[in-house]
Amino acid sequence: MEKIELKNIRKSFGDERVLRGVDLTVREGETLVVIGRSGCGKSVMLKHLVGLIKPDSGEVFVDGEEITGYGEYDLFPVRKKFGFLFQSAALLDSLSVKENVGLGLTELSESSPSEIACVVENKLALVGMAGTEDYMPADLSGGMKKRVGLARAIAMEPEIVLYDEPTTGLDPIMADSINELIISLKHELHITSIVVTHDMISARKVADRVAMLHEGVIIFSGSVADLDATKNPVVRQFVEGRAEGPIRPAYRRVDGERKCV
Amino acid sequence: MIVTLFLRLYINIVSRINHAVARPVRELGDIVLFMGRMVRALSGIPRSVRLIFDSMLEIGVRSIPIVFVISLFAGATTAWQANYQLEEYVSMRILGTAVSKSLLLELGPVLTGLVVAGRIGSSIAASLGAMRVTEQIDALSTMAIDPMRYLVLPRVTASVVMVPVLTIYSYFFGITGAMFVSMHFLGVSHGIFIFGLRHYFYISDVVVCVVKALVFGTGLSVLGCYYGFKATGGAEGVGKAAIRAYVSSAVFILLSDFIVAALAY
Repeated sequence: MEKIELKNIRKSFGDERVLRGVDLTVREGETLVVIGRSGCGKSVMLKHLVGLIKPDSGEVFVDGEEITGYGEYDLFPVRKKFGFLFQSAALLDSLSVKENVGLGLTELSESSPSEIACVVENKLALVGMAGTEDYMPADLSGGMKKRVGLARAIAMEPEIVLYDEPTTGLDPIMADSINELIISLKHELHITSIVVTHDMISARKVADRVAMLHEGVIIFSGSVADLDATKNPVVRQFVEGRAEGPIRPAYRRVDGERKCV
Repeated sequence: MIVTLFLRLYINIVSRINHAVARPVRELGDIVLFMGRMVRALSGIPRSVRLIFDSMLEIGVRSIPIVFVISLFAGATTAWQANYQLEEYVSMRILGTAVSKSLLLELGPVLTGLVVAGRIGSSIAASLGAMRVTEQIDALSTMAIDPMRYLVLPRVTASVVMVPVLTIYSYFFGITGAMFVSMHFLGVSHGIFIFGLRHYFYISDVVVCVVKALVFGTGLSVLGCYYGFKATGGAEGVGKAAIRAYVSSAVFILLSDFIVAALAY
C-alpha cells in the first residue's frame, strides 16, 4: 500500500484548468520532489493532500483511506499525520516563536506547559533556532521564519511532511541549510516527505524520486539519475534552466487553459 | 433586427437584476452556513476560555474610552435638543424621561453597536483577512486546529457578552452628560431631572435595550469574522474585507434595530 496516492486529480479555478489529471504515488519513507514552473499548480496539488482544496474529480488516498469527500471534521484525524511547511512559513503573527511551535501541542494534547516547553526547545534546537523562543515572527528573517515553521510542522511528530517551496527567497547558504534539515529529518524521524520546488539544486540534493508537473499533468517520474538521463525536451529545458525550448517564458489563456505559448 | 435588439435589451436588464438580487442572496446563504459552522464549533468552548477572555479584554475593556466619549456627548446633545424642542409645550419635569428613553431604547444600543462595529468589527475582518491571505488560517487547519473554534468563537462570544455590558455603560455615561448639561445650561435641577428619569423607567425597556445589544454584538462580530475569512487578493482584499464588514454591520444594526423595536412594541 502506498502512503499517498493521487488518482486522476482535476481542478479548475473558474475558467482556468490548473490540474488536468494528476496521477502520483508516494511510498512510505521516501522523499518525493515535485518540480515544475512557477504557477503550474504544484502548491494546488500539495493542498489536495490535506484537504485544503477539493478536486473537481479524482481521488486522494492517505494510507489507503480515501479522503476526497471528507468534511472538515473528518479530515482532522488525517491532518494529524501531516506537517506542512508553507511557502511563507505562515507563522501566527500574534504568537511568539515558542507559542507557534507549541501550538499543536497546546490545542490538541493534554501535555503540561513544561512538557510542551521541552518539546519546543528540542524542535527549535533541531532546526538551529535555539534561544529564539521569545521572539515574535516580525523579528525574524525569511529563513528564520521557515526554520521556525519547520519546527512547528514537526512538533507533533508527523508521519508525513509537506514542504511548499522551502528554499524560495532564501540566499544559497540558508537554502542549503534547509536542504540539510530536510535530509536529517528524514534520517532521524523516518518521515515521508513531499517537497514542491523549482530549485533544482535543492531537488537533486534531497530527492529519492523526482516528479515534474507541467500543464496540469505529471510528465516525468523517476530517480535523480533518471532525471539527468531523460531525453524529454520539456524536462531537459526545465532541468537545464534554458529560456529556449518547448516551454516559453510567457503564459497565455488559450481556450480556457493557461498554456505556455 | 428590432426583435434582436429588444431581446438583447431584455436579457441585459434581467441579467443585471439577477446579479443585483442573486449576489446578496447568495452571500446571505453563505453567512448562514458560516454561522452553522460556528455553532458546530461551540463544543470547543472549554478549550477556548483563555482566548475568549483575551477577546473580551480587547472588545470590551479597550472600547470603554471611545464609548464613554461618544455616549457622554450623545446624552448631552439629546438633553439640549429635547429641551429646545419641548420646553414650549411641556414641563421640563419630563426632560429626564425623554433622555432616558432615547438613550435606553435607541441611542445607547445603536451608537454603541456602530462604535464597536467600526472599532472591532472591521478590525476583526482586517486581522482575519490578513491571516487568510498569508495562509495562517490554512496553517491552523493543517494542524487539525479548527479555525472556527480558535479564531471565530472567541471573538463572537466576547462580542455577545461585552456589547450589552458596553451598552449599559453607555447609558450611564449618556445620563451623566445629559444631567451635566441640564443642570448647568438648561436650568433643570438635579432633583427634577432624576424625577423624570425615574418616573417612566420600566424594566421592559432595559430588556429591549439588552436584547438589541445582544443582537448587534452577535451580528457585527459574525460579519467581521465572515468577511475576514473570505478575504482574497492581498492587502487590497484585506482592506475591502474591513470596509464590507463595517458597512454590512451598520446596515444590519439599523435593520435589526427596527425589527426588535417592532416586535417589542
